[in-house]
Amino acid sequence: MARMTMIEAIRSAMDVSMARDDTVVVFGEDVGYFGGVFRCTQGLQQKYGKTRCFDAPISESGIVGAAIGMAAYGLRPCVEVQFADYVYPAYDQIVSEAARLRYRSNGEFTCPIVVRMPTGGGIFGGQTHSQSPEALFTHVSGLKVVVPSNPYDAKGLLIASIEDPDPVIFLEPKRLYNGPFDGHHERPVTPWSKHPLGEVPDGHFVVPLGKASVRREGSDLTILAYGTMVYVAEAAAEETGIDAEIIDLRTLLPLDLDTIVASVKKTGRCVIVHEATLTSGFGAELAALVQQYCFYNLEGPIARVTGWDTPYPHAQEWEYFPGPARLGQAMRETMEA
Amino acid sequence: MANKVSLANRNREEIGRMTEHGPLSLHVPEPEVRPGGTPDFSNVPIPKAGSVPRPEVDVDPKEIRDLAYSIIRVLNREGEAVGPWAGTLTDEELLQGLRDMMTLRTFDARMLMAQRQGKTSFYMQHMGEEAVSCAFRKALAPGDMNFPTYRQAGLLIAGGYPMVDMMNQIFSNERDPLKGRQLPVMYSSKEHGFFSISGNLTTQYIQAVGWAMASAIRNDTRIAAGWVGDGATAESDFHAALVFASTYTAPVVLNIVNNQWAISTFQGIARGGSGTFAARGLGFGIPALRVDGNDYLAVHAVAKWAVERARRNLGPTLIEYVTYRVGAHSTSDDPSAYRPKEESSAWPLGDPVLRLKNHLIKRGAWSEERHKQAEAEILDAVIAAQKEAESHGTLHAGGKPSVRDMFEGVYAEMPPHLRRQRQEAGV
Ligand SMILES: Cc1ncc(C[n+]2csc(CCOP(=O)(O)OP(=O)(O)O)c2C)c(N)n1
Ligand SMILES: [Mg+2]
Repeated sequence: MARMTMIEAIRSAMDVSMARDDTVVVFGEDVGYFGGVFRCTQGLQQKYGKTRCFDAPISESGIVGAAIGMAAYGLRPCVEVQFADYVYPAYDQIVSEAARLRYRSNGEFTCPIVVRMPTGGGIFGGQTHSQSPEALFTHVSGLKVVVPSNPYDAKGLLIASIEDPDPVIFLEPKRLYNGPFDGHHERPVTPWSKHPLGEVPDGHFVVPLGKASVRREGSDLTILAYGTMVYVAEAAAEETGIDAEIIDLRTLLPLDLDTIVASVKKTGRCVIVHEATLTSGFGAELAALVQQYCFYNLEGPIARVTGWDTPYPHAQEWEYFPGPARLGQAMRETMEA
Repeated sequence: MANKVSLANRNREEIGRMTEHGPLSLHVPEPEVRPGGTPDFSNVPIPKAGSVPRPEVDVDPKEIRDLAYSIIRVLNREGEAVGPWAGTLTDEELLQGLRDMMTLRTFDARMLMAQRQGKTSFYMQHMGEEAVSCAFRKALAPGDMNFPTYRQAGLLIAGGYPMVDMMNQIFSNERDPLKGRQLPVMYSSKEHGFFSISGNLTTQYIQAVGWAMASAIRNDTRIAAGWVGDGATAESDFHAALVFASTYTAPVVLNIVNNQWAISTFQGIARGGSGTFAARGLGFGIPALRVDGNDYLAVHAVAKWAVERARRNLGPTLIEYVTYRVGAHSTSDDPSAYRPKEESSAWPLGDPVLRLKNHLIKRGAWSEERHKQAEAEILDAVIAAQKEAESHGTLHAGGKPSVRDMFEGVYAEMPPHLRRQRQEAGV
């Protein structure tokens, strides 16, 4: 066991995977010598050489397209897109190519790639360093979508993603890289070194894709969250005194419906929270599933707390961000309904 | 691992038996020097100032292919303007150019400091590249449109855009023309021919071509200029821009600012085997010129040549400005992790401000004393603008854009769902 930040855990996942399997290659903008703008690949080039970890030209479509070609050959590329906000040039490669390769070739060609990218806001990054585009990927058949919320999960999920036979979109909440963030931006963040989930095994382990984790047991209502919002939910539960059951989805696709349904059947109430915009967000899918499978157990309407339906603003970041106050308000309303 | 494909696991012996050439290997380019090494640019060929010919603007692009591999330079080591590209600017204009570059440099220094003091979240400076945007701006006419990146604020400074408005944007304060919505330095000013900066690389290169095509469709006289960095030329949109510009002979100047670095990535990663970035234009039949980007006179002369071509409906020109990013990529970057600290002083094309200053002294139009005085005046002007901007707030203190502004401007007319959300937000 070691103490790791989320950055170190992600790096360790790639390190372990590269050591075990020489078909694993890592590349992306600034990931080679420098080790990535968030330093997630630091040291990998020195350790595994320039042909296993290298800088890519600034071409996201090129990075993903090349990864698909390498995967078709038999490698396992784990590539980095510098920010999720820059993935759109690669969207065609991901949606039309990576996601469909297995299906359209009847399994003759497959695409075991991982596309890693920092996601979410809270760093005053404006509209080009803050977006949460997960729903653009969960909407596409053939992709898996993972959003870890802590170093332990990040490492185990990333190893599982690299070993997965299908393309995985791996979204790393950048506001969590150095410590759990509960939305109280005016308070200092506790570093991962002081958090139990900053304790991570050095070697190989996996957190299986498609399994949620119950982060807090409770009986009043269920909060469905992932990434940064897990900590916002914890803060809101504490501040409202509402005995919330908090589910960290960890993998959005495939989704752990059993854990969700069991919880909502128990509590009878459900609040969904994500940082991405509301309309057609992943919360809409969750709400539809919860009402389908838990309709007769629900004691009130399902609530969604999300980023507003505007581009991510710079100055108004904390008015945009769905923090503990907004979530707490929705929880109280749900309890009263 | 279960899914390993046998092809990936062929061993070298097996491969050796299959071909007389031995196994393949992957080439990954590396810069000559990394931290700890001694910078050495002796392999960068720098032609003598004045040595590159100046063709007529209606030249057949096929005849000037070598200009994509040379460097057009006007100022020589002695500070004299020499050769066929010299003589496009008067003393007055050159003095203004010097003032613009000095202003940009001072502006950068103050804003970097303001960022460190927590008055804004982020800043990007131009150190070493001031001549490119400042001189280019002077080759344009009113009504022309730039599609800039984040490192062309000289277009605004040299175009007379008020510094205080730039600072208001940087501070995201109550006077921010963009209402706090955009990251600092992502300015927008239609009036000053400065298209809204997106922050997503290269998306706007092809938009510049589209704007220029529109001007041609409407039989207008205005032209457009696209801007991209060395690194960002790798994006597909760069190639889309070149093919559209080539096919429709669009009245556009396509600028590549090769400052040697794209964050930590040296220019060889984006350039590959083509020799130069300018050479990218040749396959599209677009005249392509390389110019000393630290030479105000050369930049202006080449820009003027390209602007005239566009204006005369002769089509696009690709220009590569050879320069060097002296500072960090942004306030989030520390270049000492990936390049030697001394690299910028070893850069063979010198400092654009110093070079123009020395030239003006040589011409008898300037002096050390006047330069000192100008430095002080400029600093005063920048500080005065900053005081005024700060009186309207900084990112975390004082006047702010309203939270209502966050909901405005997503659409021409606010749809009901946003209206509901705004109410829910209580604003
Ligand atoms: C589509 C996209 N991908 C990645 C980035 C992140 N990014 C911002 S600037 C930059 C480097 C650009 O280098 P270059 O084009 O040489 O311009 P310079 O910064 O040197 O002026 C990168 C990778 C981005 N802004 N947009
Ligand atoms: Mg560059």
